[in-house]
Amino acid sequence: MHILDSVDAASLRSDIPAFRAGDTLNVHVNIIEGSRSRVQVFKGFVLGRQGDGIRETFTVRKISFGVGVERTFPVHSPVLDKIEVVTKGDVRRAKLYYMRNLRGKAAKIKEKRDNVPAK
Amino acid sequence: MTATRNTKGILGTKLGMTQVWDENNLLVPVTVVQADSNVITQLRNAEVDGYVAIQIGYGQIDPRKVTKPLAGHFEKAGVTPRRHVVELRTADADTYSLGQELSVEIFEAGQKVDVVGTSKGKGFAGVMKRHGFHGAPASHGAHKNHRKPGSIGGASTPGRVFKGMRMAGRMGAERVTTMNLTVHGVDAEKSLLLIKGAVPGARGSVVLVRTAVKGA
Repeated sequence: MHILDSVDAASLRSDIPAFRAGDTLNVHVNIIEGSRSRVQVFKGFVLGRQGDGIRETFTVRKISFGVGVERTFPVHSPVLDKIEVVTKGDVRRAKLYYMRNLRGKAAKIKEKRDNVPAK
Repeated sequence: MTATRNTKGILGTKLGMTQVWDENNLLVPVTVVQADSNVITQLRNAEVDGYVAIQIGYGQIDPRKVTKPLAGHFEKAGVTPRRHVVELRTADADTYSLGQELSVEIFEAGQKVDVVGTSKGKGFAGVMKRHGFHGAPASHGAHKNHRKPGSIGGASTPGRVFKGMRMAGRMGAERVTTMNLTVHGVDAEKSLLLIKGAVPGARGSVVLVRTAVKGA
C-alpha cells in the first residue's frame, strides 16, 4: 500500500514514544462527555502490537478489581492525549497472550534495566 | 429523452483503501481515487446529436497508438489524446467549453456520489458464490452434492428449463454502480478524492465518479 503513504502521512503521529510488548504504559485518553472533555488514564502493560502503518494498534491489559481488562487503541488515534512509558519489560515474546492465564505473582513482568554493565 | 438533471462527473483511477479520522475522532474507511487530467472532448447538443451531454476524456496514451479518426476527434477539442472517454448526460452541458479541464474540485466534502466501475472478475463460479444459493447439508447423508444447485425445473411438463434459470458461470468483471457514497475529502493539490466506503473494481482500475442520481 505504498501508493497511499502520502495520504496516510497526514494522519500519522510523530509524538508517540517507542514501546513494545511487556512495557507498562500510562495511556492518557481524551474523553468527550457532551460539551466537556477530560483526560482518563489507562495504566497497564502492553499485550502486543498489531498491524502496520496507519492501522497499527496496541492492546493494554490491566487487572481492575480482580478482573482483567484489555483495551485496544490505534497507535495514531487522535483520541490519545499522550502515552507515557512507565517501565520497560523484560519479555521474550512479541505477543503476551500467555499472561491472560497467569494470576498473582506469576503474572509479574520482570523490569528491563538499560545501561546495566556487561557481566 | 433529454437530461433534465445537472450531473457532474469525473474519471479517475482507484488507488486503494485506507482509513482516516473525522472531526469527531471516529475512524472512517475511505477509498482513494486519483482523478487528474480530465478534459471535455466533446459537447453533445439537441440540434445535432438529439441529446445533451458532455464527453470526458481521461488517462495517458501513446499518441502513436491512437487511430487517425480518434486523433482527429481529440484535435478538434484541442487536447492531447486520452485513453478513456465517457459521456455524461447533463442539462447544463452548454456551461462547459471544449477542451476545458475538470478537477476534483467539482466535488466537495460531504456530497453524495455514485461510483461506476468494473468489478473484479471471479472466473467460473458455482451457484453458491454467484447467486447465493444455500447448497446442500454438510452431513446427515448428503452425498457429493454439498454445493450443487438442486432441481432446476419440472419433468415432461414443461419439458424444458426456463430461460434465465440461475446456474454456474462467469462471475464478475461487469459494470457495477455503487450509489450514494459520501465524499469524505477532496485534495485538489494531488487530485485525490477520498470516498467513504468501498467502490467497485480492483486497485488501478478506472472508475467514474458522478453526483448521486438517487436519494436526497
